[in-house]
Amino acid sequence: MKKLILASVALAFASGTALAQDVVRIGTEGAYPPYNFINDQNELDGFEREFGDALCERAELNCEWVLNDWDTIIPNLVGGNYDAIMAGMSITEARKQVIGFSQNYMPPDLSAYMAPVGADESVRDGVVVVQSNTMQASYVAETDATLVEFPTPDETIAAVRSGEADAVMADKDFLVQYVEQGDFEFVGEDIQLGEGLGIGLRQSDEELRDTFNAAIDEMKADGSLNELITKWFGADAPTF
Amino acid sequence: MFAFCTDPSTLPDWQWFACYLTSGTHLAFYWSFVVVMVLILLAAPFALAFGFAGALATRSHMAPIRLVGRTYTSMVRGVPDIVFFLFIPIAIDQALEYILHQVRCPDWDMPIRRGNDFLVCAQAKVPLSSSPAWVHDIYAFSLALFAFALVFGAFAANTLYGAMNAVPKSQTETAEAYGMTKPQAFRRVLLPQMWVYALPGLSNLWMILIKATPLLFLLGIRDIVYWARELGGQKTGFYAYPHPDWRVWYFLVVLVFYLVLTACSERVFEWLMRRFSHGQATAAGERQRRAAA
Repeated sequence: MKKLILASVALAFASGTALAQDVVRIGTEGAYPPYNFINDQNELDGFEREFGDALCERAELNCEWVLNDWDTIIPNLVGGNYDAIMAGMSITEARKQVIGFSQNYMPPDLSAYMAPVGADESVRDGVVVVQSNTMQASYVAETDATLVEFPTPDETIAAVRSGEADAVMADKDFLVQYVEQGDFEFVGEDIQLGEGLGIGLRQSDEELRDTFNAAIDEMKADGSLNELITKWFGADAPTF
Repeated sequence: MFAFCTDPSTLPDWQWFACYLTSGTHLAFYWSFVVVMVLILLAAPFALAFGFAGALATRSHMAPIRLVGRTYTSMVRGVPDIVFFLFIPIAIDQALEYILHQVRCPDWDMPIRRGNDFLVCAQAKVPLSSSPAWVHDIYAFSLALFAFALVFGAFAANTLYGAMNAVPKSQTETAEAYGMTKPQAFRRVLLPQMWVYALPGLSNLWMILIKATPLLFLLGIRDIVYWARELGGQKTGFYAYPHPDWRVWYFLVVLVFYLVLTACSERVFEWLMRRFSHGQATAAGERQRRAAA
């Protein structure tokens, strides 16, 4: 065991002569299509993969993607396992207490309730399932509904499908793909939560935040960000 | 994988499945079986070594060493495994980084803990941010292995301690009467006889170790259960092979895998038990002797 640790430390030394500053490790969940997901080639794919790569190229950063569970994605950022989070994370007041954010790279997004076809609006006060540690979870907790939480987005859909929950509440852009298949429909009005998606950063990491902000400014100005949003979320998605 | 896989949506069923089951993610799923087997096979000897050291420490005549052994076994056994699996890798990682930070960046003037952040200089990161992904993978795996060995070592220590005490005292006394030193008596007489008493407990531990491997996912290693859940979940049009919720089939495969693994282990332990009982002054050893006579 100790030998193994020593070996890996030695390896880290060996490869460590080139300085590490320009490598930025970006944490993501890889389970939230179309924002980020593992495609069938076992590669990270999705809007954030494409946007993040473009962003790093502009900022002349050498970026590396790291997969991490959603529930521990913030602790591992502040613990220094990676330097940024791009995982469909909305900028909220609660998260700002713990981490810093870049400016938003997606406009404030709509959240929606989705239930099996034929449900009426009362399901919003029934059993509502959400992904844990999301702003939708905090929102539903404030309503009259019974809150059920799952660690991955996929499990929330499965819970509604099996009848365990009456409705799921999540980002509308994520739910659209399931509504399109015909088994589900949106119920009632959409709700706007948060201030849009931002890159999560350590609060002390002001330099990286400025670099990302400058690059996002550029991409907003020349329209390349809007192109990506339209490509992944369709022509109706709000752009900058 | 196959030449006809370029457009899966047009394929007949059997070709679709041939392509689907050899997609990149499925190859990673198959690979995760190897990772789990390697972890079990490495964790077992390490745990046994930890257990042996713990048992010897607990038997020691020197009070401080005995105290270390006792603390180790009772503390690890008294805390939920999952807490240790979460605590140990983080603690080791931060300790390593802290030490390296002191060595490599002595003139760093900012505090390491700033609010929520744990920050060391870039040269003190373990592994370095610039290291390739496989170094990070091996590092994570090593930490997981260490956590497993530490936790299961504490249980093994108690089992071995009990087994050493179960060997009749007259055996070692006789050995010493023949002029063997204490270490000699331990090595030549106590140790070979101890295994027959330790084996039932150790085989329990082995089974629990096999079944505990899904905890790997907690430590950021993508193991069998992670892939079963990930691949079995419903896949929409963003994926090349859309399908409904197939988790039940994937979990069935995992279930069969673990059942086969534990069934095979039982066979091996039965065989070991027969070997260790041979010539022992136990009921099983006596039966063997009578059957042979």
